[in-house]
Amino acid sequence: MVAIAAVEKTFANGTAALAPVDLVVRRGEFVSLLGPSGCGKSTLLNIVAGLVAPSRGTLAWWGGDFASTGVSGRRLAFVFQSPTLMPWARVDANVRLPLDLAHVERAAADRAVGEALALVGLEGFARHLPRELSGGMQMRVSIARALVTAPDLLLMDEPFGALDEFTRSRLDEELSALWAARGLTVLFVTHSIVESVFLSTRVAVMAARPGRVIADVPIDVPFPRDDAFRVSTTAAEHGRHLSALVAGAGAAARA
Amino acid sequence: MKNADATTRALRFLAPAAVAVLVVGLWQSLTTVYDVPAYIVPSPLVVAQTLLQDGALLLRALGVTLTIALAALAVATLLGTLAALLFVQSRWIEMSLFPYAVLLQVTPIVAIAPLIIIWVKDTTAALVLCAVVVAIFPIISNTTLGLRSVDPGLLDFFRMARASRWQILTRLRVPSALPYFFGGLRIASGLSLIGAVVAEFVAGTGGSGAGLAYLILLSGFQLNVPRLFAALVLIAAAGVALFGATVWVSKRALSRWHESELEREA
Repeated sequence: MVAIAAVEKTFANGTAALAPVDLVVRRGEFVSLLGPSGCGKSTLLNIVAGLVAPSRGTLAWWGGDFASTGVSGRRLAFVFQSPTLMPWARVDANVRLPLDLAHVERAAADRAVGEALALVGLEGFARHLPRELSGGMQMRVSIARALVTAPDLLLMDEPFGALDEFTRSRLDEELSALWAARGLTVLFVTHSIVESVFLSTRVAVMAARPGRVIADVPIDVPFPRDDAFRVSTTAAEHGRHLSALVAGAGAAARA
Repeated sequence: MKNADATTRALRFLAPAAVAVLVVGLWQSLTTVYDVPAYIVPSPLVVAQTLLQDGALLLRALGVTLTIALAALAVATLLGTLAALLFVQSRWIEMSLFPYAVLLQVTPIVAIAPLIIIWVKDTTAALVLCAVVVAIFPIISNTTLGLRSVDPGLLDFFRMARASRWQILTRLRVPSALPYFFGGLRIASGLSLIGAVVAEFVAGTGGSGAGLAYLILLSGFQLNVPRLFAALVLIAAAGVALFGATVWVSKRALSRWHESELEREA
C-alpha cells in the first residue's frame, strides 16, 4: 500500500533527522513507529503525510510514484499530538471541516459527520464547543474528523501522549475496535511500548542520531485485545523484546 | 454560586462608581472650603450647572466630534483590516509596506494635520483623515499578528486537506485573528477620538460645524473655565462610551470560545 524506500531527511541546518529508511505498510495493517524522542518518528510520519519533503528516497503509494502524484486523490487523514480543533466551531462543524473543504454536499456531509461522531461515541455532543469537552473527548473529535473522509490511510502522531493513563487506555481500546471494525490502515507514532504492543500488528522500532528503523517486529496476537491481554505474559514478552531493542539502540547511540 | 456571580457583576459597576463619588465629593469639598474661584477650578456643581445651561451647544459640538471619531474609526477599521489582509499574502508585501504603516504611527499628528487640512478641501473629510492616521496602526498591527498566529497543527490540517488560499484565509486565519482584531479595535476607538480632537484643535474650525475641541479653545480664550470643564467631561464620557461599545462587541463575538472573554467562576 505504502512503500517507503531509502527515504532520508536532512534539515536546512544540517541536522540528519533520518538515515535511509525502508518500510512497507500493507492494507489493513496497524503499524506503530516506536522509539525515543528525537528518533525521527514524527518526521517520517510527516513525510508520509506530504507535510515534509524527503531529501532523498522514494515513497510509493499503491504502486504509484508518490513524487509525481503527491497526496492528491489519496484519502489521507492525520491525527496530531494535540486535538487541533477550531475553538470557535462546534463539534459537528469541526468534524465536517475536511468535507467542507472538499465541497461535499451538505446533506451527505451531515450524514457522514453523524456516523463519525457515533463511531467515537460523541453523538450527543455535536452542538458542543471544544472547550466544553474533556481532553479525551476532544481527541475523540479529532479522530472523528479523521475518519469522516473514510481514509485509505490514517496517520496518528502520538495522539494520546498528553492524556492521563486511564483515558489513554480507554482510547487505545476504542481505536483498536475502530481499526478492526472499519478495516482501517494505520501508521501510528508512539513512544509507549505498552501502547504499541496493545494496538499494533507490527512495530517498527526506530533509533536516534540519525533516525532509522532498526527492527520490524510482528505482534502476532489475535484481535480483539482487551485488558487481560494488556497484563498477559505474551504482552509482557513482546514488551521486554521491544524494550531491549530500544535500550540497545540507545546504548549504541551513547557509545 | 449565582449570588456570587451577581455580586461580582454589581461590584464591576459599584467599585468605580464609589471611586467617582469619592473624587467628586473631595473636589466639591476642596473648592467650597478654600473658596476656589470658578475661573480657576470650578466645582462639580458649577460644571453640572454649565452642562445643563449650555447643553444644546455642548451636545451639538459633541455630535460633531463623535461623528468625526466614528467615521474615522470605521475607515481605520476597514482600511486597517484590508492592509492586514494584504500583508499576510506574502512576507515580501509586508516587508515592503509595513515600515510605512509604522511611519504613520510615529509621525506626530499635530505635525502633519496642517498639511492634510491644506490638501483636503472638505474640512470634515480632512478631520476624519487626520483621525484615521492616528487610529489605523493598532488595527493593522494587531490584525496582521492575528492573521499570522494560527495553530500550526490546524494549518497543517488545512494544507493536507488541500484547502485553497481563500479557504485557509476565511475559515482559519480570519477567525483566529478575531481576538487580536478586537484588541486593536479597543485601542483604535480611543485613538480615533484623540485624533478627532487634535485635528479640530489644529484646524480651529468654528461656526455651526464646531466640535468640542474648538469649544475648549474658545472657552479658554474667554476664561469660561466651567464650560471648558463641561466639554472635557463630555469628551471623557464619549471616550468611555466608545471603549465600552467596542468591549461589548468584542464580548458578543468572542465570549463563546475565546479565553480572553470567557466568564470564569470565582
